[in-house]
Amino acid sequence: MNEYNFAYLDEQTKRMIRRAILKGLAVPGYQVPFASREMPMPYGWGTGGVQISAATLTPEDTFKVIDQGADDTTNAVSIRKFFEITAGVETTEETKKATVIQTRHRIPEAKLREDQIIVYQVPIPEPLRFLEPRETETRKMHSLEEYGLMHVKLYEDISQHGAISTAYAYPVKVSGRYVMDPSPIPKFDNPKLEMDAIQLFGAGREQRIYAVPPHTEVVSLDFEDYPFEATKADHPCDLCGAEDSYLDEVILDDTGNRMFVCSDTDYCRSRRAAGHVGRLAGEGAA
Amino acid sequence: MYVAVKGGEKAIENAHAWLAEERRGSTDVAELSIAQIREQLGLAVNRVMAEGSLFDPELAALAIKQARGDLIEAIFLIRAYRTTLPRFGYSKPMETGQMACDRRISATFKDAPGGQVLGSTFDYTHRLLDFKLAADGEVAPAPQNPPCEDPTLHITEFLRGENIIQDEPRSDDAPGDLTREPMEFPSNRPLRLQSLARGDEGFVLGMAYSTQRGYARNHAFVGELRIGKVSVEMDIPELGFAIEIGEVELTECETVNQFKGSKTEPPQFTRGYGLVFGQSERKSIAMALLDRALRWEELGEDNLGAPAQDEEFVLSHADNIQATGFLEHIKLPHYVDFQSELELVRKLRREAEGRNSPKEVAE
Repeated sequence: MNEYNFAYLDEQTKRMIRRAILKGLAVPGYQVPFASREMPMPYGWGTGGVQISAATLTPEDTFKVIDQGADDTTNAVSIRKFFEITAGVETTEETKKATVIQTRHRIPEAKLREDQIIVYQVPIPEPLRFLEPRETETRKMHSLEEYGLMHVKLYEDISQHGAISTAYAYPVKVSGRYVMDPSPIPKFDNPKLEMDAIQLFGAGREQRIYAVPPHTEVVSLDFEDYPFEATKADHPCDLCGAEDSYLDEVILDDTGNRMFVCSDTDYCRSRRAAGHVGRLAGEGAA
Repeated sequence: MYVAVKGGEKAIENAHAWLAEERRGSTDVAELSIAQIREQLGLAVNRVMAEGSLFDPELAALAIKQARGDLIEAIFLIRAYRTTLPRFGYSKPMETGQMACDRRISATFKDAPGGQVLGSTFDYTHRLLDFKLAADGEVAPAPQNPPCEDPTLHITEFLRGENIIQDEPRSDDAPGDLTREPMEFPSNRPLRLQSLARGDEGFVLGMAYSTQRGYARNHAFVGELRIGKVSVEMDIPELGFAIEIGEVELTECETVNQFKGSKTEPPQFTRGYGLVFGQSERKSIAMALLDRALRWEELGEDNLGAPAQDEEFVLSHADNIQATGFLEHIKLPHYVDFQSELELVRKLRREAEGRNSPKEVAE
């Protein structure tokens, strides 16, 4: 694939994307329109993240891709391979070793560092979209900081269900100004959004880029009497015994038996390598 | 027993190998050549060029072969290729009045200078399966006339002379480019037309059809439909003048629409416009109807709340590459999100049960 430029995109396009990224970092949580390109993978499959990664990667970078927290899910494999071929960068499954991490739906369990960049794939960047379908209206609401509609929605949740019934893509307020969609991460991950690494969000189909700089205040929306609560399955990991990681539920048979395993495969593997053992670890190894 | 899902890479490779085998089909049957697709499936090639926004019959035919005849997949291949091409400039506006017409019909005048030229059309064929084609597709050559050398005037030009059709504002401003700038709303007519020209034929057709059925009806007549080749000219800075760099086949449709007049405008006919690569009649007529419906505001008409009048709705959903990508992405794993929903619903159910049962005991 020598006929393509480093990391596929031409340098002019990368410059355009980098300008959008810098603007996003300068105005945390603000959705910057950018002239998203057609990529050789479908819209909705991470083209926003891929374009940010392409504009961010340098030949010295080490790249990690996860989907649902795992390195070996099919679309993560496909994106990782795309950059192996077009950029020739080193890739890794170890969170610690990566300098750029592209993710869909999760934030790794391991604390990210200042020298790392995490790139989120975003399907619908507009946190107000399902309350107001028109972009012309939602942009106005952001510019006027008019977020009453969102609070009404959360309030109605409580009055109907006794709790805020948003489990993922839980809205946050960034740096006291913009309400932002953190992409469809489970709300368990929301507290991690205040981190040391640079966070970049790309929505290719919707032509938007936004960002959260390191050490920026990110508050999950809530009420004093109904505070935000990060939740996960009330189990330890059945492979590594972790009590603090987000878990996937796996159906074992047709009699209702389940097991719970870390969604972050690298976290789980490194814990098992360090000797931690979960309830079903012995059986799984067979 | 749980086995961690591994081997995604191998599975993908194998899936692709199987796909290639399926694409080829039975090796007892001769393989399709690109030339066969280009020559014998020309209307599919046209659609791929139109919605792929790239005039190259050879590449469009290749894309159709690679996509196993899935035209949206073929359009996607062309779009992804197109973005990698360098832009070395923009052509001069094309002069469709100079078109060498293979077909030119008007539904508004029985005859007009240039005449009615039926051309190669499915119109008036009886849609009966031709079983002869299953055995032998050879055909006798069609009768020929000497080509018309004079340019064929647009039908709307005749109406313009009488000042009975609204004139379009003239401008030398360079139009925007929706492939280079993010779409913003409200948009403008050049960007709308760009979006519709590459929009999904089925979507544009459905939206146009809805106007005919009364959702913002605009009483369209096909003033003219013309198909033929038009030369593409480009200014070459080193030469200081424009030269012809090639020609493309286009279908152009201008509709003549009724207009009652408004507070500021006397009654006058108005227009809708459709222009599409290749022979794409259905698409160009639909595009013209939809263009006209979207012009309600500039023409001082009422917003009837019809979908076809809603620019943001139409343009945000016309692109089949965006639509199919997002639609099909729900095949991807969502188990993290689903897990969090599962936990939430379980929790809400527990709380609801907790609220209901102790009360009953107390009573």
